[in-house]
Amino acid sequence: MKSPSADPPTSDKSPRVPGFRTWRGIYIFVFAFFVLVVVLLTIFSRYFA
Amino acid sequence: MNALDWIVLLGTMIGIAAYGVWRTRDVHSLNTYLKGNKSTRWGTIGLSVMATQASAITFLSIPGQGFESGIGFVQNYFGLPLALIVVCAVFLPIYRRLGVYTAYEFLGRRFDGKTRLLSAGLFLVQRGLAAGVTIYAPAIILATVLGWRLDLTIIFTGLLVIVYTVTGGSAAVSLTQKWQMAVIFGGMVTAFVVLLTKMPAGLGFGGAAHVAGAMGKLQAVDFSLNPDRRYTLWTGLLGGFFLSLSYFGTDQSQVQRYIGGAALREGRLGLMFNALLKIPMQFSILLLGALVFVFYQFEKPPVFFNQTEWRHHEQGANAATFHALDEKFNAAFAEKQVKIQAWLEVREAHDAVAETAARAAMLESQTRAGAIRAEAKAALVADDPRAKTKDSDYVFITFILDHLPHGVIGLLVAVMFAAALGSKASELNALGTTTTIDLWRHFRPLAAHDEARNVRAAKWFTAMWGLVAIAFALYASLAENLIEAINILGSIFYGVVLGIFLVAFFLKRVGGTAVFWGAVTAQVLIFVLFFYYKDRVAYLWYNLIGCAACVLFSLVLQLLLGRKVEKAHAA
Repeated sequence: MKSPSADPPTSDKSPRVPGFRTWRGIYIFVFAFFVLVVVLLTIFSRYFA
Repeated sequence: MNALDWIVLLGTMIGIAAYGVWRTRDVHSLNTYLKGNKSTRWGTIGLSVMATQASAITFLSIPGQGFESGIGFVQNYFGLPLALIVVCAVFLPIYRRLGVYTAYEFLGRRFDGKTRLLSAGLFLVQRGLAAGVTIYAPAIILATVLGWRLDLTIIFTGLLVIVYTVTGGSAAVSLTQKWQMAVIFGGMVTAFVVLLTKMPAGLGFGGAAHVAGAMGKLQAVDFSLNPDRRYTLWTGLLGGFFLSLSYFGTDQSQVQRYIGGAALREGRLGLMFNALLKIPMQFSILLLGALVFVFYQFEKPPVFFNQTEWRHHEQGANAATFHALDEKFNAAFAEKQVKIQAWLEVREAHDAVAETAARAAMLESQTRAGAIRAEAKAALVADDPRAKTKDSDYVFITFILDHLPHGVIGLLVAVMFAAALGSKASELNALGTTTTIDLWRHFRPLAAHDEARNVRAAKWFTAMWGLVAIAFALYASLAENLIEAINILGSIFYGVVLGIFLVAFFLKRVGGTAVFWGAVTAQVLIFVLFFYYKDRVAYLWYNLIGCAACVLFSLVLQLLLGRKVEKAHAA
């Protein structure tokens, strides 16, 4: 039995976030931010070692 | 704690719980009770996901990890953002499209009833056990250091969370978690600021970080390929990815937080909010622990941070041994202070050769102090073999009680309880929902159409799990390190459950019987690794091994069984 809140298949076109037209763009941004955080943590470790 | 602390603590705890009960007192719809309000926006979902993962253990144990072993534990979270991207792109749209209440309901549709029951059962066992730990873990520490009765602390915390979770269901959980997270953020920022003001004059954040770094506490990223090392970039990326994918994608306590909401967009943005903030947040908590370590280089720490345990032994038959250890540690601390001051002075002078020599002397004095701490722990065990010797979970709460002003103490203890209530509420909500949807309705299919009866059943099951968690917590014996106990328990089961879901999503040709027996075999393999090879295989690898084994066994069994057999079973 489906619950009443099942989504229609077309409810997911745009993230409606300024600067992003697609979800793929958001995922790439999140991934790039993660890489940046790891790089910054590495620099932080080296700087204060 | 004085009256002001008690007002802050009780006002925060009871105030938020009462607000949750009052705002959700009219929830009668099954959908709202199990998934939350339809109008819930991404910010509330994001905070709810964060609050579910951040238990009291996070704020008691992780600063202790930073103090004891440095900030390398942050690597444990490196796989999390990547896993959340996969959950957003693959898992969540399917859950939303099917309109399921639980993740395991999806497996029932994709495979069959037995696979659904197996995965729901694994979840109930694993989460039901963890539910006892999440209530017991903060209670034992807070009761010990504050002198409260452990049983009353457990019962009060447990009953408070049962009241609002049973009353308002998922809607109350999300609503209260938003305010609990506000208390948590406010408390931790306050602790950070007050800690910096307590550092010696002129040291500042930069100086404190240099001291921590020189003493090996700020090694955040370890590129080592040595499989014996528990936390490296690679275990964090691989093991952490599978642990996070399983936790966020298949654990009902998380799935329930984001499958509701106004639209798919809200759940996705809530998860991306966590993907961005989780590593910086964990880093900040670990850094706080490393800075507490620096603070205790200038302010004398106790030789053993669980001072209640220490005092108990100090007043026993071997009092002389413990007094002697105290004296020895005091002398080592005084010597270390001189060495640290010497190092800070030559560092200012930019004399590289003298700096290297001073650093070596400082580290040597630190090693000596560490050896006395180890000696103290050995003395505890010699005095009583049952003595708990891991004191890192007591470091942060000791700092709070001994060095923070009144009012802030109440706020920080409220942080611990807010975190305990938030994560506990999600667990109870998920346990009640899974028991109702995947077990009760499975065996009483005719009841599925009676909405009021379903809500009543969900309330009873939620209350039942709350009482089970309290009972478990009252009789639990605890692993030495709390945060690791939770992660190890999760890793034993998560990999296999994730394997079932990955087969469901990506291997369309594999049927229910193959995946069911594949999962059972993979789970047995993980038990063998845990009981017989736990010294050789770090627990984070269980996630990867369990998942890969489940997928592999399912594929092999599917080949052996053949599609005809699967069709016969389906018929």
